[in-house]
Amino acid sequence: MADVIAKLDDVTLCYGPKVVLQNCSLDIVQDAITCIIGLSGAGKSTILRLLDGLRRPDAGHVYVRGQDICHMRESELIEMRTRIGFAFQFAALFDSMSVGDNIALPLREHTSLSEPEIREIVMHTLDSVGLAHTYDNMPSELSGGMLKRAGFARAVVTNPDLVLYDEPTTGLDPIVTHLLTDTIQRLRKQLKATAVVISHDLESIFMMADYVAMLFEGAIIEYGTVDEVQKSLNPIVQQFLQGSEVGPIPL
Amino acid sequence: MARTLNEGERAAEAVERAGVGALEGVGARINAFFEYIGGVAALGGETAVTIFKLRIRFSETVSQCYLLGYQSLIIVLLTSLFTGMVFSLESAVQAVQYGFGSFVGGIVSYTNVRELGPMLTAVVVAGRVCAAIAAEIGSMTVTEQVEALQSLGLAPVRFLVVPRVLALMIMLPLLTVFADVVGVMGGEWIANAQAHIAYNDFMSSARQTIGFEDVVKGLFKSVIFGVVIALVGSYQGLNTTGGAAGVGRSTTSAVVICIIMIFILNFILSYFLYGGG
Repeated sequence: MADVIAKLDDVTLCYGPKVVLQNCSLDIVQDAITCIIGLSGAGKSTILRLLDGLRRPDAGHVYVRGQDICHMRESELIEMRTRIGFAFQFAALFDSMSVGDNIALPLREHTSLSEPEIREIVMHTLDSVGLAHTYDNMPSELSGGMLKRAGFARAVVTNPDLVLYDEPTTGLDPIVTHLLTDTIQRLRKQLKATAVVISHDLESIFMMADYVAMLFEGAIIEYGTVDEVQKSLNPIVQQFLQGSEVGPIPL
Repeated sequence: MARTLNEGERAAEAVERAGVGALEGVGARINAFFEYIGGVAALGGETAVTIFKLRIRFSETVSQCYLLGYQSLIIVLLTSLFTGMVFSLESAVQAVQYGFGSFVGGIVSYTNVRELGPMLTAVVVAGRVCAAIAAEIGSMTVTEQVEALQSLGLAPVRFLVVPRVLALMIMLPLLTVFADVVGVMGGEWIANAQAHIAYNDFMSSARQTIGFEDVVKGLFKSVIFGVVIALVGSYQGLNTTGGAAGVGRSTTSAVVICIIMIFILNFILSYFLYGGG
């Protein structure tokens, strides 16, 4: 088994009376792309937030680089997060700042680089996602696909070793979806970083994933390579992959 | 008879249930109140620690001084002017009739500097600024921008709360000074126009009544009010849930809670500062 960079160990998490994750365990393999699939509202995005320390589980443990992050102080979590990139579903760019300033922000706050050096890194990162011309634009001037790519740029500008993508292709046309899938793969190779991707887009998942995990009713019910998951005998997995209304998944 | 007893028992049970339900409701509200106060206090503590560690974003603080303070100047001046004028209108003519005309300057300025100036300025600024803070931070919360800050290893308190708290700690006392001056001037003008009290007599009475200590205490109150406005707005914003409707709810709650807290705090501060205790 390859090295594990992050791990959910028997995690239970509730939002009020609703149990989102129950005894959920998942290994994130280093230097690989792990995609998490599952029904809407199943708790996939919650897993990303647990891995980034933005949520704490009610029970169980979350390990990142071998450290249990559940009992870390906020200052320790802040230090840990500087090595994790998070690309949000709707990009979550700060709308009071230009695209360039959004991407420069973590460099300005966490490094002692000079402004010319920061500008050069930001331009290079924007160029790597095909947005070099948007440095001075405000987020409100970008399209949905461009916003997502700008979000990717901000997530990877500090060269993190773990990048979390929350529904990177949702709501985009097939061409932009293909472009973003390519971008995730390319960034992973460039950064030599581990990626965790939440998505409903099976085509792009099968294109980029090294491992696929299916979340259902608060737990991972299937985990393996793309081939293994596609050949799974679990009727829930098969119904989900086929998009069928008939099967054990309640509608 | 048995049927009557059953009905009676049922009625008693219903009354008991209603009583327990009402008590539970009261308990839940008290619990929510202390939870809220505790939340705001915790945010205040975190903000204070960040300020004492000098982890301050100065450019953002200056920007907030302009947005929250300078842009409130006109509305503060207008409300203070007319409040001073109406206070003088109500008191000056009566005072002259009873032979107390020489005290009008003192009464108007005393009330303005110690109570009306700090409190009215705080209430007006709360209506404008607390809503703006709650709406801005609330929008950032529901669009995941606050989580994005955290994910970048940046503390939302340092980025969002500290600049606003500092800006209002600086700007609200300044606005209060303007409010005091304009309120007294408005009162002076109306005292002269309506009750024929000479400007010199008005100002002489004001100078005899108001000491430097009164001004400082009034400004101290406005510093506290500034902190409360920024903290309540920020707390509501950071705890916003439920999209655009949630932002609306947070904004309304922030203003209502903030104004109530200003009135309560004004009494407590006046009690202790002006020798009530």
